[in-house]
Amino acid sequence: MGQVIIRDFEIPANDFTVAGEASSTVRKLLVQLGVAPDKIKRTAIAMYEAEINAVIHGHGGKAHVEISGDKITIVISDEGPGIEDLDLAMQEGYSTAPDSIREMGFGAGMGLPNMKKHADELDIRTEKGKGTVVTITVYF
Amino acid sequence: MKISEIAAVLNAEVYTVNHDENADIKSACSADLMSDVMAFSKENALLLTGLVNPQVIRTAEMMDMKAIIFVRGKKPQQAMIELAEEKRIALLATDFPLFEASGRLYQQGIRGHGY
Ligand SMILES: Nc1ncnc2c1ncn2[C@@H]1O[C@H](COP(=O)(O)OP(=O)(O)OP(=O)(O)O)[C@@H](O)[C@H]1O
Ligand SMILES: [Mg+2]
Repeated sequence: MGQVIIRDFEIPANDFTVAGEASSTVRKLLVQLGVAPDKIKRTAIAMYEAEINAVIHGHGGKAHVEISGDKITIVISDEGPGIEDLDLAMQEGYSTAPDSIREMGFGAGMGLPNMKKHADELDIRTEKGKGTVVTITVYF
Repeated sequence: MKISEIAAVLNAEVYTVNHDENADIKSACSADLMSDVMAFSKENALLLTGLVNPQVIRTAEMMDMKAIIFVRGKKPQQAMIELAEEKRIALLATDFPLFEASGRLYQQGIRGHGY
């Protein structure tokens, strides 16, 4: 695979029926490209967590994905409220999700730690009132 | 176990046709919180849950699961059935509650991975 494959997605706000569509599409693409199943799973889990966060915390956003021969880089950005204390947010169990989100099966405060676990590199840039940019890299 | 065998044990209705009937299911995960499924489940082919919404199907997809069983008499909506068909994930529904349904499958040799 010499060339770089680039995909861009819109992540609509608060639309739970389509949340995860971008991750699903990327997962299918990696299957088609013949990437190793354990790498696909790690990528899918990390991206899905970030995508769900953009929907439930970030008022929706965008996903930019680049796949080259040896890695995938996923940038999920939103212009939501940002994360005030990132160290705190990275802790297992910390969540500001409202009850309505818990009823949907999310909001356990496990997403960011889970991203960290599955990504080879995780970079989070966030500013209160401006938004959040999460960059996930998985090496094949 | 085959999906049809699981359905028989749980007296479950099967809502999908486009799934992998030949899948040999050996392990399962029971949870209502998809956050926990994402964070704790490992290599489990089956999800038992009382939560009914499209994110259950997407979560199962990301976790490479083959089948979902809705417990306590909950039924999937048409849009969810279509989503599951597209992803080749089997959807089943049983009247048993979560503990009872899990126990019956455990008795048949299904185990949990990832704790
Ligand atoms: N994109 C974002 N914009 C604003 N806040 C965010 C964003 N992502 C995460 N957060 C904050 O960080 C907290 C922890 O995020 P994390 O993904 O770990 O847990 P959660 O989304 O609340 O629950 P779970 O991921 O288990 O469903 C969130 O509750 C929220 O306060
Ligand atoms: Mg989250």
